[in-house]
Amino acid sequence: MPDDLKDGRIVIVGASLAGLRAAETLREEGFTGSLTLVGDEPHAPYDRPPLSKQVLLGQATADTTELPMRRDPEAEWRLGVRATGVDRLAKRVLLEDGESLPYDRLLIATGTRARPWGNPDEAAMDGVFTLRTREDGAGLAERLAAGPERVLVIGAGFTGSEIASACREMGLQVTVAERGPAPLVGALGATLSKLAAVMQRNHGVDLRTGVTVTALTGNGAFTGAQLSDGSRVPADVCVVALGAVRNVEWLADSGLAVGPRGIACDAGCRAFDMYGIVTDDIYVAGDVSRFPHPLFGYQMLSLEHWGNAVEQAEVAAHNMVSPGALRRPHLAVPTFWSTQFGLNIKSVGVPTYSDYIVIAQGSLEARRLAMVYGYKGRVTAAVTVDMSRSLDYYKHLIETAAPFPPPPGAADRAIAADITIPSAVPDPSVLSHGPTVALTGHLPDRRLTVV
Amino acid sequence: MDSETLLARISDYASRPNPYPLYAELREAGPVVWQAGGNCLIGGYHHIAALLHDPRMSADPRTRGEETQKPPFLRLDDPEHHRLRTLAMRPFGPPHTPGRVDSMRGEIDRITKELLEPFETGGQIDIVDDFAYPLPVTVICRLLGVPREDEPLFRGWSDALVAAADLKPDQDSTDTRKAGDQARIEMGGYLVNLAEQRRGQPSGDLLSALVNEPDPALRLTREELAETAVLLLIAGHETTVNLITNGVLTLLRQPEQQDLLRREPELLPRAVEELLRYEPPVHMRERIPHSDIDVAGTRIPAGTSVILVLGAGNRDPRRFQDPDRFDPTRTDTQHLGFGSGIHFCYGAPLARLEAYTALGALLPRLAEARLVQDPPPYRQNAMLRGPRHLPVQL
Repeated sequence: MPDDLKDGRIVIVGASLAGLRAAETLREEGFTGSLTLVGDEPHAPYDRPPLSKQVLLGQATADTTELPMRRDPEAEWRLGVRATGVDRLAKRVLLEDGESLPYDRLLIATGTRARPWGNPDEAAMDGVFTLRTREDGAGLAERLAAGPERVLVIGAGFTGSEIASACREMGLQVTVAERGPAPLVGALGATLSKLAAVMQRNHGVDLRTGVTVTALTGNGAFTGAQLSDGSRVPADVCVVALGAVRNVEWLADSGLAVGPRGIACDAGCRAFDMYGIVTDDIYVAGDVSRFPHPLFGYQMLSLEHWGNAVEQAEVAAHNMVSPGALRRPHLAVPTFWSTQFGLNIKSVGVPTYSDYIVIAQGSLEARRLAMVYGYKGRVTAAVTVDMSRSLDYYKHLIETAAPFPPPPGAADRAIAADITIPSAVPDPSVLSHGPTVALTGHLPDRRLTVV
Repeated sequence: MDSETLLARISDYASRPNPYPLYAELREAGPVVWQAGGNCLIGGYHHIAALLHDPRMSADPRTRGEETQKPPFLRLDDPEHHRLRTLAMRPFGPPHTPGRVDSMRGEIDRITKELLEPFETGGQIDIVDDFAYPLPVTVICRLLGVPREDEPLFRGWSDALVAAADLKPDQDSTDTRKAGDQARIEMGGYLVNLAEQRRGQPSGDLLSALVNEPDPALRLTREELAETAVLLLIAGHETTVNLITNGVLTLLRQPEQQDLLRREPELLPRAVEELLRYEPPVHMRERIPHSDIDVAGTRIPAGTSVILVLGAGNRDPRRFQDPDRFDPTRTDTQHLGFGSGIHFCYGAPLARLEAYTALGALLPRLAEARLVQDPPPYRQNAMLRGPRHLPVQL
């Protein structure tokens, strides 16, 4: 490594949100060396959240969600090329076209991909979609615009629920099949999942919970699905929304600490190797990372959050060009949002890291509320429904490990604001879709299994 | 000097041209600074921001025992605040009317040009009376559906209401409060009458939209309509006048920044955000805790009048680098100029558009201009702080 951290060669593998923000930050921080971004998609970095919302509704087309650049990262872009490995001794990234890129420091930001349907033949039928890429979004939007008779969504996590919401907004018949007891239960726990179920049904979704899809049927083109309760859902479009798979296979022989929940790194985004020794030239950011968080018992968090990708990328980039004493930890409190069925849902903290909840403001009846999650007597998360301006208050409570339940006094305090109820977050393996937040260390709740 | 008198000294008219040394004294004096009257001041950015988001903080003066009629949504708490603000927002902004402010762009441009037309190089104008006041007033009149020629009528009411809302710790405020209440009743009656004329005859403005709402669940009562319309008319022009005038004053005091903006007009939106930080139109807001709260280790009992000094938070060196410097290229401008939390300025998108348009159109004519009087004479109000006149030689 050259003495001057602002110079040298940096390679970023992954040209989506985290990769782009890291590249911009490197230049912002005065990095003058050579910068190469490798991405397996042939597109410049683009934004994915609109793909399950505005794009499906036809308010924007899939090719218009390109991410605005804060500044020109002055990088060499290697787009449409897959990285196939890392030679840590030679310090080179191997590419599928046989070339290899030398690096002094490497950032891994390869993110996730949609978990495919288990049966490849069924998945290949016309009318069966997943939703992760621009092409997925364009294809699904086109099919929905053509006015199918019925859409089947498999999995009622955030993506599946947003797709179902878009379908209803377009006046399409939609069936949602979820193995768990209710939509969003894995992320938000039992109480809010009941509200989510009511919202889906009120908006005309044919919601089937506690069932699995056993087979997709059709002769080349999808015509319906068999469910585990013996029923059959005839439909002409199927969206498989079973969560995400981390793009780590290319690192199988790298000797890094790689697993299904991502690549483990320290609080400064430096990757661990398989022996638990921290590297100093390989960094990780975004959905593909697992990192320890002091607010959540130093467990390794895996997040699929837009905001985390940005913040972690900025910290990783800063640390890549800063000497040890000036490095920063990635301590941001996780946040995410979702819009569905006319509701704006926002979360701060880790709702699954909880044993009890209270409704601190508003009410389920009003469809407007702030729910606070606690673990062993301190506040660990909050979720607002159409009440996002309160979120910063709860974030402050989480950051200061404030006692749970939170102090009274809100003008719109719920009648039952001091009655705690079990958060009832289920074992993620029960759900159709994977968790969007995974705690992968020592888990606080025996209902969760160590993964 | 004694920090117990800070609010009195800030409110003192002599402090109006430059309250910032007092704000620095306030931040130095501690996170919570008790005043002789039993209320307290808070001037640190992070504490203000936290309290603006704190659901235990009430905006309603009745929380500290003031006996008054039900205030408009600016001074109500959720859930009632949310209901009324949402109804008022339906004809004004997203999600129901996302294009409203943008559709006014052409008209704001035209009004600005008309106002600037008589200005001659070498002549003397009053930026306030000739430009910064008539622009937002004309715009808000169009938006609401109020005849522009009635301005002398509602200006009197508006003055009385704004005076009643000011913080004057030393004076007996009974008379100004009474005058304010009377003005509120008369102005409300006037606006409801205008709205009634539009019932069944939609005219595209906000009063018309509010009175012609087809869904009975989304209609305002007569009292709510009066309160809301009064609030929008006053808030729609009292604050924007200060924003534009403070902008011109700041630019005339700093010719090098003026030159920069003339060379790079694309910096203007950022410059307006910086202006909202550096010279905000609203300097203080009152909040009252519903229950005892703790701010940085200081207990503030329920019912206490807590004055959040936004103007001090905006210059807090713990939040902004080099806070007393006006820097239109500053990217970190998360100011408190529009407040924050559930009461975040309802009209912010319109205020921004008016400020870009006004300053953008005026900039080419300011190159040779100079201030006739510096500091200029200020308005009495310490909360809505801004010059009363700004004479400028073009």
